[in-house]
Amino acid sequence: MTDPVLTSSLLYLDDVRVSFDGYKALRGLSLVLAPNEMRAIIGPNGAGKTTMMDVITGKTRPDTGTVFFGGSVDLTKRDEAEIANLGIGRKFQKPTVFENHSVDTNVLLALKAPRGAFDTLFGRAARDRRERIDGILRRIRLWDHRARRAGDLSHGQKQWLEIGMLLAQDPKLLLVDEPVAGMTDSETATTAELLREIARDHAVVVVEHDMAFVRDLGVKVTVLHEGAVLAEGPLDQVSADPRVVEVYLGR
Amino acid sequence: MPSQRILSGRGLVFLAVLVAAAVLVPVLSLAVPPASPFHLSAYAVTLVGKYLCYALLALALDLVWGYCGILSLGHGAFFALGGYAMGMYLMRQIGARGTYANPNLPDFMVFLNWHDLPVTWWGFSSFTYAMAMVLLVPGLLALVFGYFAFRSRVTGVYLSIITQALTYALLLAFFRNEMGFGGNNGLTDFKDILGFDIQSAGTRAALFSASCAALALGYVVAAAVTASKFGQVLVAIRDAESRTRFLGYRVETYKAAVFTLSAMMAGVAGALYVPQVGIINPGEFAPANSIEAVIWVAVGGRGTLVGAALGAVLVNWGKTFFTGVFPEYWLFLLGGLFVGVTLFLPQGILGLVDRLTAPRRPEPPAERPVAPDEQVLPAPVAE
Repeated sequence: MTDPVLTSSLLYLDDVRVSFDGYKALRGLSLVLAPNEMRAIIGPNGAGKTTMMDVITGKTRPDTGTVFFGGSVDLTKRDEAEIANLGIGRKFQKPTVFENHSVDTNVLLALKAPRGAFDTLFGRAARDRRERIDGILRRIRLWDHRARRAGDLSHGQKQWLEIGMLLAQDPKLLLVDEPVAGMTDSETATTAELLREIARDHAVVVVEHDMAFVRDLGVKVTVLHEGAVLAEGPLDQVSADPRVVEVYLGR
Repeated sequence: MPSQRILSGRGLVFLAVLVAAAVLVPVLSLAVPPASPFHLSAYAVTLVGKYLCYALLALALDLVWGYCGILSLGHGAFFALGGYAMGMYLMRQIGARGTYANPNLPDFMVFLNWHDLPVTWWGFSSFTYAMAMVLLVPGLLALVFGYFAFRSRVTGVYLSIITQALTYALLLAFFRNEMGFGGNNGLTDFKDILGFDIQSAGTRAALFSASCAALALGYVVAAAVTASKFGQVLVAIRDAESRTRFLGYRVETYKAAVFTLSAMMAGVAGALYVPQVGIINPGEFAPANSIEAVIWVAVGGRGTLVGAALGAVLVNWGKTFFTGVFPEYWLFLLGGLFVGVTLFLPQGILGLVDRLTAPRRPEPPAERPVAPDEQVLPAPVAE
């Protein structure tokens, strides 16, 4: 199964195809991500960005194509929980946190620890747990809100909490879907800072519509269109590409 | 935070009430002379004992519905199976004292012209074996059913419908004489339990106290489970199932585990119910029974445990009262109660108590307006 050429990449997608009732959501998508790389994915609605995330996280099985993680693990044969435990974290487009739990408990539940029913029913907590939770809460700027019910947080705070939950999972790869949708300008700036911080020791894939935000991140950009890669490179380069201008930026 | 206290102040009051009832009721029934106004009749003792069995069923249902969002409309099946296991033990205790005086076979088998005891009845002369079956039969059914249903990701209304189908299928099966569980008539004419006359006031008081103890134990187990990290994962599943999955939790394992535990609690409730009412028949599998149990939980307060038990006692006390006074209106009243609670008391009676007694929460600091697509709390009833 292991192709020596692939081992250097963290995530490797080749010719991935997905269709729903005849609608082709992905038409031969290929993407390679290096360890600790941060990548922005842009593309118009229906370009296949969310479907791509679904394929990587095991929610959707591709019809054909190859998806490898860490060079040798075939993600198409695993389910969501397995893939999460391999080290892939996912943030949804709509902030999805446990509304009835406190901010603290949200992070606790995400914290890397045995996930089995038996472990959580009878297991003892790791000693360094408190420090790790506090560290994450400070990092996502929710330390002062730790005792609040997550459902009472503002929209932006929920987005940060969800990013914090991904950090708590300590994944090798974070998939982040539209993290700044619905945020104020100052919240957007803080989020960009937060993601850059995270990218220092994690690979991150960010799907985003907000061009100013993508520019702010200052990373390599992949443009998706109709389920395949249209262009790839620095933002200035892809935004000068006439095909990209035509399908996306020019509108 | 994480290490929550297992027993809240309310939980301790609840346990204290149960302990007091377990001690006082037998005294008032047995030691106080019948002429005294404080005397409790055997009828009253049994009636309240029955309510306590319903309370344990409600507690079991609250564990899966209130904490994990699994709206089971078939929990009556687990209650009835526990009841049948106890009923089979009680039938074997009759021995040769039946109408046909057959030492080896219960009356209905003699009537059906059977000559050998079916395999399903082997071992039921032993109380220990029967009690093991009270736990194992509902537990195993729930485990197998839950494994397949949750692995296939059947949720929401669809899951509710198949739980309803489960209890209905069992209803039809137990009606058949060939099943070997007494068919339409079920199991009745019990004589004694563990050698004590089942009709005597002493046995009835003992069964009452046993029901108190079972409810108290069930409460402590449920409270410990919900206070653990396992319980926090259950609530996480209820509120954001896919988030939980993407965090790496096997949602289907958690659901199957809590469903099985809950079914076993329901089985114990059924087992204590049968000797107190003196009969178990396929009617206990009726879908309406399971729906009624959901109403008890909704009335008392979902996700509160104590509320579920309280709801079961109150609604059944109301049922006893109203079916005595205006029998023809009870079902309308019950339906109206459910609609009313859903509309006006979504958190049930305990939720109302909390709202009335809670110190006014300070207004949260001013924040930006809620985004239009922001997630609102799902109404768990509709899930």
